[in-house]
Amino acid sequence: MLGASLLYAIAESLGIISVIGQSDVSFRAYRAALATDSEFWVSLAFSLWVSMTATLLASAFALLVAVWLNHHRTQSDTLALNWNLAFPHLVFATALILFLSQSGLLARWAASLGLITSTDQFPVLVRDRYGIGIILHYTIKEIPFLALIVLAVLRSQPIGYDVVAQNLGANRWQRLHYITIPQVAPALLSGSLLVFGFIFSSYEVPAILGVGYPRALPVLALRFFLDPDLRARSEGMVISLIITAVVMLVAVVSLRLERRKDE
Amino acid sequence: MLKTTFRYLLYLILLAPLLLFIAYGFSTRWFFPAPFPTEWTISTFDRALNDSRTLTGLRDGLTIAVIVSLLSLLLAFPAARVMGLRQFKGRQLAWLLFFLPTVVPPLAIGMGLNILFLQLGLAGTIFGVVLAHLIPTLPYTIFTLSSAFARYDENFEHQALALGASPLQIFFNVTLRMMTPSLVVATLFAFLISWSQYLLTLLIGGGKIITLPILLFAAASGGNPSTIGIQSLLFVLPPVLVIAFTARELMRHGNEIREQF
Repeated sequence: MLGASLLYAIAESLGIISVIGQSDVSFRAYRAALATDSEFWVSLAFSLWVSMTATLLASAFALLVAVWLNHHRTQSDTLALNWNLAFPHLVFATALILFLSQSGLLARWAASLGLITSTDQFPVLVRDRYGIGIILHYTIKEIPFLALIVLAVLRSQPIGYDVVAQNLGANRWQRLHYITIPQVAPALLSGSLLVFGFIFSSYEVPAILGVGYPRALPVLALRFFLDPDLRARSEGMVISLIITAVVMLVAVVSLRLERRKDE
Repeated sequence: MLKTTFRYLLYLILLAPLLLFIAYGFSTRWFFPAPFPTEWTISTFDRALNDSRTLTGLRDGLTIAVIVSLLSLLLAFPAARVMGLRQFKGRQLAWLLFFLPTVVPPLAIGMGLNILFLQLGLAGTIFGVVLAHLIPTLPYTIFTLSSAFARYDENFEHQALALGASPLQIFFNVTLRMMTPSLVVATLFAFLISWSQYLLTLLIGGGKIITLPILLFAAASGGNPSTIGIQSLLFVLPPVLVIAFTARELMRHGNEIREQF
């Protein structure tokens, strides 16, 4: 089914839309989508910005969380990740809206503390033009996943390195920089790439937490696909296939890294 | 002392979304800038439970998720057994194929499948949505079961055979019994994935099949906080319950799932 769906996707992107009987293969859709003035490039930039920032932030925090947890052993992060599973992205995004919107809970608390007096004094954190809400969402949501990866690596390392370094007088940051990071780098990088690919290609969260312009790439793709003008579907397919290509590329690189780590 | 404070803070953060939903869902006349709700009501909740769309969404979503879980297990079991226990040429390729759905975004899958299913007459049917949901769930079920099979000792089955058990007896009393923990985890994953699908249900269901994620999405775009709160609660309730019941099994097996990458 997967193969068939991809084939149909490619076919439609090339112009074959059986529903309206259009069957001349052409690259018209590609040209339209990739034209220099098309919204594609804006959305691409937006998606890249959001994905990279969220991934970087999540990785950095995940590293810190994992290192901290490694020194204070409990089962709590496994618990956190499992709990995380119960809140799919859709619901967490919804919670963020309730909490961070200009009339949301945080704004109300700010008002009752006397920091603001009206809703528009509260900064626009969700449904904003810079994707702050989206970045916040994914950063928080992906930390448990990445932290577990790092933790798995840390827990399988012989404790010797760290202790020796401590004995030789290295302080915490030096140990982090020279020992821990090289140890976890391949796994963390590999996981981060996957997270990047996931964020880049997801629809629900940017659709809820984003605005009409700029739109995340998947949101743009779906807009075209569901356009009443059936010919626009091809363009939607094109964008969708480009997204897929990017994600697959990232996944391949991630796999290669994973394999190299085991050598 | 500091550690316990952190621990409680962590629990608070984890519970926060739930508290948020309860606060908004069950309060009334809670306007800006009141920091906490002062009046409570169950009328929004009541209305939701009597709303036909919500009930349909609940029913259909649950039905689909259950069917998908069972089908997923059924299909994954033989595949996982072979992948876990045997070495064969093309094993790497098989793994690659099985994991492909986790890489290809649901967006592309949904779009292409939409066209295919339209032609097959499956669009807008529960069966079609079930089939579509199988795509993201199968990799996880196959992987969960196959890791369990990798640690499985077939000798138990051989012993049972030597003691005179029939293949059916062996299957039910030995194989299934020993695989129960991972079967539970696999079902959990399949259920969760299907339950929270939005794009696939939307694209394949074509608006005729309504599930809770679709309703929640609509509510979130609409903006009535009470409705959002109630819909969210309804949506997270089954996953939370299921996870609470299988928590112990998850803690043991959870890490392996992450390690598929």
